Amino acid sequence: MPHANALYGPLDPAPDAGYEDAPPRMGFFTDTSVCIGCKACEVACKEWNGVPQSGLDMLGMSYDNTGALTANSWRHVAFIEQPRPVGWATPAFEGNPDGPAVSPATAAVGARTSADTGTEPGLPPGSPVAAARMSAGPDFLGMPGTQPPGRGSGAQGRTDFRWLMASDVCKHCTHAACLDVCPTGSLFRTEFGTVVVQEDICNGCGYCVSACPYGVIDQRKGDGRAWKCTLCYDRLGAGMTPACAQACPTESIQYGPVRELRERAAARVEVLHERGVPEARLYGHDPDDGVGGDGAFFLLLDEPEVYGLPPDPVVTTRDLPKMWKHAGLAALAITAATVFGFLGGRP
Amino acid sequence: MIVIQGSNMAEAHPVGFQWVMEAKRRGAKVFHVDPRFTRTSALADAYLPIRAGTDIALLGGVIRYILNNDLDFREYVVAYTNAATIVTEEYADTEDLHGLFSGFNNDNASYDQASWRYEGHPQDATTRDTETQRETAAGLEHESHGAPVGGETERDETLQHPRCVYQILKRHYARYTPEMVERVCGIPQEKFLELAQAWAANSGRERTSMLVYSVGWTQHSVGVQYIRAGAIIQLLLGNVGRPGGGVMALRGHASIQGSTDIPTLFNLLPGYLPMPHHADHPSFDEWVDSIRHPGQKGFWGNARTYGVNLLKAYWGDAATADNDYCYGYMPRMTGDHGTYQQVLNMIDGKIKGYFLLGQNPAVGSAHGRAQRLGMANLDWLVVRDLFMIESATFWQNGPEVATGEIVPQECRTEVFFLPAASHVEKEGTFTQTQRLLQWREKAVDAPGDARSELWFFYHLGRVIRERLASSTRVRDRALLDLNWNYPTHGPHAEPSAESVLREINGYDVATGRPLSSFTEMKDDGSTVGGCWIYTGVYADGVNQAARRKPGAEQSLVAPEWGWAWPANRRILYNRASADPDGNPWSERKRYVWWDADKQEWTGYDVPDFEKNKPPSYRPARDASGVAGIAGDDPFILQGDGKGWLYAPTGVLDGPLPSHYEPVESPVRNPLYQQQANPTRKVYTHPINTLNPSPPEPYSEVFPYVFTVSRLTEHHTAGGMSRTVSPLAELQPEMFVEVSPELAVERGLTHLGWAHLVTARAAIEAKVLVTDRLTPLRVDDRIIHQVWLPYHFGFEGLVTGDSANDLFGISLDPNVLIQESKVGTCDIRSGRRPRGPQLLDLVVDYRRRSGDLNPHYPPQVTTDGPDQEV
Repeated sequence: MPHANALYGPLDPAPDAGYEDAPPRMGFFTDTSVCIGCKACEVACKEWNGVPQSGLDMLGMSYDNTGALTANSWRHVAFIEQPRPVGWATPAFEGNPDGPAVSPATAAVGARTSADTGTEPGLPPGSPVAAARMSAGPDFLGMPGTQPPGRGSGAQGRTDFRWLMASDVCKHCTHAACLDVCPTGSLFRTEFGTVVVQEDICNGCGYCVSACPYGVIDQRKGDGRAWKCTLCYDRLGAGMTPACAQACPTESIQYGPVRELRERAAARVEVLHERGVPEARLYGHDPDDGVGGDGAFFLLLDEPEVYGLPPDPVVTTRDLPKMWKHAGLAALAITAATVFGFLGGRP
Repeated sequence: MIVIQGSNMAEAHPVGFQWVMEAKRRGAKVFHVDPRFTRTSALADAYLPIRAGTDIALLGGVIRYILNNDLDFREYVVAYTNAATIVTEEYADTEDLHGLFSGFNNDNASYDQASWRYEGHPQDATTRDTETQRETAAGLEHESHGAPVGGETERDETLQHPRCVYQILKRHYARYTPEMVERVCGIPQEKFLELAQAWAANSGRERTSMLVYSVGWTQHSVGVQYIRAGAIIQLLLGNVGRPGGGVMALRGHASIQGSTDIPTLFNLLPGYLPMPHHADHPSFDEWVDSIRHPGQKGFWGNARTYGVNLLKAYWGDAATADNDYCYGYMPRMTGDHGTYQQVLNMIDGKIKGYFLLGQNPAVGSAHGRAQRLGMANLDWLVVRDLFMIESATFWQNGPEVATGEIVPQECRTEVFFLPAASHVEKEGTFTQTQRLLQWREKAVDAPGDARSELWFFYHLGRVIRERLASSTRVRDRALLDLNWNYPTHGPHAEPSAESVLREINGYDVATGRPLSSFTEMKDDGSTVGGCWIYTGVYADGVNQAARRKPGAEQSLVAPEWGWAWPANRRILYNRASADPDGNPWSERKRYVWWDADKQEWTGYDVPDFEKNKPPSYRPARDASGVAGIAGDDPFILQGDGKGWLYAPTGVLDGPLPSHYEPVESPVRNPLYQQQANPTRKVYTHPINTLNPSPPEPYSEVFPYVFTVSRLTEHHTAGGMSRTVSPLAELQPEMFVEVSPELAVERGLTHLGWAHLVTARAAIEAKVLVTDRLTPLRVDDRIIHQVWLPYHFGFEGLVTGDSANDLFGISLDPNVLIQESKVGTCDIRSGRRPRGPQLLDLVVDYRRRSGDLNPHYPPQVTTDGPDQEV
């Protein structure tokens, strides 16, 4: 274990923040292999937390019209159409007279769309190339054209298809850079180990926005304050389940003590591997990762980038001590040089 | 194994789908058959793309596969189905008649069912002419009542007799080969075989498979036969009445099951008693006899009791044996009073006023333009809804205003909009898919003037009765004699929903004691019960529907969660879970069995059988009613106690399901000369023009197949979702899904605009080009299908053209359900024309398709050229 108040490495965040007799750390395990993309989590979150509308534009990114986590969307279900095999299923379009897949091309078009989510930085257009790569999976080989049907069946035709769905949320990092940089103390660590913004204290400085390694937190326009998932702090205090997990019909979003969820997640990965889904993997579960492990972690069926998640997030304040040390050394060196300059110049 | 077909369960029934995922966690395999790859397909173990409207061809292929490979659960099939029953030699099959069955009458396009009867049964088995049955949607009535067949049948339990049902089935489906399935449905043979093999392998003594369908099956001109075809497979494989089996009909709204049990249908009364017909049921006795068929076996033998109790519930003390329990007060059907006939009558000025509750036909019903023009020709219209929906504002904001067909200043309809309370603002029950009644508490007060339906109808009745109080006219007696006394509470005099539930349950008139079971009902007026199948929901004066014992604290069947009709039974016909001797078919699938020591049926569920009737019981030759059911006949509502592979009577479009093309199809039926369902209900009204289909010329003007359904983010016609921000923003625009191949063919671009044209309408939508749709190879042609959500309309936070505007009106003959899951269209790049030019575009298409006059494809096409088979 790193020493207390460390900005890096595994630790239990609530006791580290000074809570005595803190309850177990609570969090989410989101098993995307059973997500049906119903978006009940998005709706339940908005209803419970009174989150405003985030735009009425169709984005063309499959069924995703939310686009990203913003101050006005605290849960976001990503939809990724891919011409790739599913571990558990037989090829969807084998033997049909179809041509090459269009998923990368439509994803590229969708990536150029944006919407006024009423937040800053909100939902800027993305990179078409990156979006196309997401839709084709890791072995993307350039953007295909399409051709009339009947000519494309066989080797050129698409046979495999899968539709990935995943509900994203604030990760409630063990080392939360947003909290570290918050100058007002608006962002704080709760007794459950979660990270919450206090809207009556936030002064809208926006430091947290650039600090978040996941791009989760942003600011509401006209209001200026930062908003994000509270892991339903008000419900937790009353012994209730967060709204999204309560609404999830397939138990894709599971809520509980992080320690227990990690065990459950490991077991689930093992089951999926046994059932011929070798691509199943966990994301954000590891206390040794760049943010000391997430309070909200995931089971994914592809590389994190495919879901719009950073592959190797690092708490942006990790290097602060080192930087201060370097800055200190630099300052010393300059001082020394200056002194030397003054002293050394004179014989 | 779970086969989901004609249903997008994950999207349209996400809460129920949690149990599919639970089964999948435990190792169940999920198959999904659908025209497009949906969120259900994404979670399935196998997905089969199918041409919309060809499911019977696929199911027929599975039936053939089972029979040809001897994969049926033979002991179950012989004992519990009518496979061994011998059919009269007058019967002729579609095999012999180019796709028609014997008895077809060209004059009225309906069947005389006499030649379909069992051997040895009298010829007058059909009591009402089939044309009237079609007009009054009586086909399903017969199915639920057990059609009139005598109990004694001639059987060959070796299944070798050439006229036994088993052999007839084998011949009927002989041409449904894997090659034919591929030719009709566009499903590659390997994929078809994967499904057929898995279905058979996961059924039998040790295993069961479940079949799930929704309106993707029902909303076809052959809808009832789709479900019959699925039921035949489930019976052949022994998957009915057993745990993990069954045919799950997913209902699309919170209490649609409830609204057929206690119906909002023109042809039924509570508990599936038929609505009286003026000619067929002039007297109470004739009405009762038409249900119970004197001398027939099965539980409908007690129909008189159920009828008396219903009438006593309506008219209380006024209903006596002397006046036939006020049967004379009952309204009578005179013909087709279905929703589509009513709309056409509105257009023709035959209907003056209309109540709309919980329905938005301007968006949600087929042929939206006909719906709106009909409502624009009323004197008055009452709309009760949560929001100002399209059916309340069509006269002002509808698309016909832009085309000039409706002029707001001149529209004669006076619209009364009454705000309604939502489900959290009122108490009552929901009855869901599994026939489970669940009580809802009121959570909050309704805002402003919003009131519950119960409040509305109770006080409407009260006010009308007060107005008529001094009337001496005979015609007002039915209203004045009504038993209209319900306790009210609160500032708005809200009637007690529990008191209504108590009346539905039934009680003893003398003591007021609630009945525990419909077997306690009497036919002498000493008991009252509003819906016999619901009796027991208020047993012991306790609201059984309000029970909420967690599943973890009770058995797997969870009998103490809510209350299921009938008799809190969770699986119907569960006697079939035991073998003929009453022992479980297998330990794994043990559910209900005969306890020889106690001489009673017992098990995890409430046995669906007389408790003390031993498996060895054999009825006397002249026994009727319940006593006529043998101890090894599980299907106790059927006259012969058997599951019907073959329907000797009752189903208006044939004793066996046959593949007919949708009324609008780009393809000539590869199986028979008969193109579409010959007995379908046709409305030859000028507004209801249909696209031509083969063998007619010009069908290529509408070359593409379109199908519509729901998104999980919206609810039906959008009145409860496009009006609510957190839902509206999730699917904010009307769109059409096309395959990349069709996009190339028609020059459509992702997120660009397209418009779709039929002989009725042209609508526009944003384009989603997606790999989730694929072209199909059908009969050596490439067929493209497009999909649209039907949620959009012109009111609410998010708006768009309505997909249902594209449809014409063609109905199934048995239940008068509309064919609103498949049609033909053209799709073009760009937005649709505005104003009167929109009508010009549609007219132009009609001209090109050969007919500017209203067009109705021929019902019988057996005189066309022979198809190669």
